[in-house]
Amino acid sequence: MRHGLAFFLLCIAGSWSFAQSEPAAPRRPAPSLTQPKGATSPVDARGFIHRWLVLEPVPVAGRLTEAAVQEALQLAALPDVEHALPHDGDVATVNGTALTWHAVDTANYNVNLFHFAWALSKPTSNVLFWVVTTVDSPREMSAVRLAIGSNAASRWWLNGEPVIALNDDRQSVIDDGVSKRLTLRKGRNVIRAAIINGGGATDFCARFLDEHDQPIQGLTASLTVPTETRAASGKD
Amino acid sequence: MLQKLLLCVATTLALPAIALDGEILIHDPSTVTVHAGRYYTYGTGNGLPILTSDDGWTWRRAGSLMSALPDGKPGAAVLARGGNNTWAPDVIHIGDKFFLYYSAPAAQPRSAIGLLVGRTLDPASADYHWEDAGPVVWSDGIEDSNAIDPGVLLDPEGRLWLTYGSYFGYIRLVELDPKTGQRRYPDRAPLNVAINSEASIPIYHDGWYYLLVTHGSCCQGANSTYNIRMGRSRKVTGPYLDNMGIDMIEGGGKLFAGSRGRHVGPGHFGLLDLGQGVQKFSLHYEADLDRGGVSVLDIRPLLWRDGWPVAGDNLVAGTYVIESARTGTVLELAVQGLPVGGFRQRRPGPNGPPPEPQAGPPVADQEPTQVSTQWPAATDVRLAPAMLQAQQKWMITPVANAGGYPGSPFFRIMVAGTERSLTANAGGELTAVAFSGAPEQLWRIDQLADGSYRIAPKSIPAEAAALVLSAVGSSMPTLAKFDPASDRQRWRLGAP
Repeated sequence: MRHGLAFFLLCIAGSWSFAQSEPAAPRRPAPSLTQPKGATSPVDARGFIHRWLVLEPVPVAGRLTEAAVQEALQLAALPDVEHALPHDGDVATVNGTALTWHAVDTANYNVNLFHFAWALSKPTSNVLFWVVTTVDSPREMSAVRLAIGSNAASRWWLNGEPVIALNDDRQSVIDDGVSKRLTLRKGRNVIRAAIINGGGATDFCARFLDEHDQPIQGLTASLTVPTETRAASGKD
Repeated sequence: MLQKLLLCVATTLALPAIALDGEILIHDPSTVTVHAGRYYTYGTGNGLPILTSDDGWTWRRAGSLMSALPDGKPGAAVLARGGNNTWAPDVIHIGDKFFLYYSAPAAQPRSAIGLLVGRTLDPASADYHWEDAGPVVWSDGIEDSNAIDPGVLLDPEGRLWLTYGSYFGYIRLVELDPKTGQRRYPDRAPLNVAINSEASIPIYHDGWYYLLVTHGSCCQGANSTYNIRMGRSRKVTGPYLDNMGIDMIEGGGKLFAGSRGRHVGPGHFGLLDLGQGVQKFSLHYEADLDRGGVSVLDIRPLLWRDGWPVAGDNLVAGTYVIESARTGTVLELAVQGLPVGGFRQRRPGPNGPPPEPQAGPPVADQEPTQVSTQWPAATDVRLAPAMLQAQQKWMITPVANAGGYPGSPFFRIMVAGTERSLTANAGGELTAVAFSGAPEQLWRIDQLADGSYRIAPKSIPAEAAALVLSAVGSSMPTLAKFDPASDRQRWRLGAP
């Protein structure tokens, strides 16, 4: 059965190469993703963050071991986004390729990256997705944890600090990767992640857990950037 | 293949379970009782010998209980109904009093069960004093009763019950006054509830009353046939039926614990409830073959299955996978794993589908020496799907002279074939580093009612709270407060 799935996934990957040579046709938008409306997006009743900036996929080898993920991260290295948060429509050059940031709100607990890339006629296999958001906390919270699920391997940073590392082919499972206890600042906190996919479906979800492992509510996600930061970045 | 199998068994079951440590020679122990952080039990013998322990693992002899009485022997009223022997006591703590019931037989079946009342079990306490409260029940030597082997239960409604008896006649039940320890209705005839047994004691669990008794013969060392049996009833007064519906008063009794391994003749069940769903039971073996065949005390996990108590076994040294009951993932070093036997893929090649698989020779187990050269000396630990890989195999071994807890010594948990030992860190997280013997590397492993295990460090640096190993996510272990209702802190230990 597992072999069958792998074979199917390879067929999908193979058909992508074929599709690349066809004239680009408009594709339907990702059904679960919409353009954000309003300045902020509250986390849902289960604490999941719905608003993200997603960079178009970076082609990488798609292997998922610890070493391969490190190689992919080097290949797809990004400018500093913690201090210069990108904006919807911004273009970043990664490994010599110009890629566009897209702001999305997901209707589900997770962000379907396969739908995201497919709708843009971008590859879905052997790719790395950069995602970023900011989470505003009404107060400082200690002993909390970032809890994520990702398909497949992923790396996560909170306010620039690495907090979660998942390797290997894996499905997106709620609270799969969980950080050690950390402190959420009062005000803005930046979450950045890289999700690396070999083939087939790819998605992620993220939320914060409190000291009792319960989802934290009352947080809001936003993609707005303080004026002074954007001015310094020269993007306005 | 057979050699390989035997090697695997030998590795997994490297050491047999051992029955406690220190001075544990005893016969007919009372239910092990915790008082002011110390454990106590009393046994058959001259003056009722006392065994005590600071941690439930290492025990020492602490004189005899009767030495606290004016004459060092049962009071006159007890002697008048029974005799000047002191056997098989049981003790219960109610309010600010301890009621200690003991057997005072003459020529059996003439015997009495005497009551002593005290306010502390600690012989060093200024309040240490036992008051002779006379006989509670007795047998005249003719009736179908032998008034020895008391066992007491305070039920959920606050009613106090005593069962007693031996092979001459019936096991009998009377109600006691929890304020005085005396019979509540002395004019009522005792109720017969079982036969062909001794060392009886009732317990309550989840709407059922269970009567634990000991069948077989005692006092013949390794030739003893003692074994613990049980029946259950919705009412404390019975009838107590076994798993086949046979009333214990007609000889029924489902086996709870028989002879196994190096221990012959288990008897004298006593419930040790440590709270938070952790239950154990005290008992004695007629013969501990590792100690010359003498009778010794033991404490073992108490499990529950299909509405019946099950005698668990204390963990033995061996190599295990440690699987989260919450996530099904297993504890491993946070290192890059390699597939057992190397990489093989059944995927289509560039020229078509994969070839038909061909069976080959057995693939050897993965040894840490094959894969650990690139591992850092100190790593995080995490959870991952079980892959039979070296970083997922944990050798659990008792640590000598490091103390323990009821039933077991503290354990070291290290990746087999390496020095990387599971370590609790300040902040309540985990790493694996070289073993130093520090308290944060000593682990208490209690088997829970469902057979899974609770795993806790002896202590955690800069952390006052008692925390246990917990699966906070599918890939993340941590230390957290124990929640008996959750699978987060339940772990299954199995052969890799």
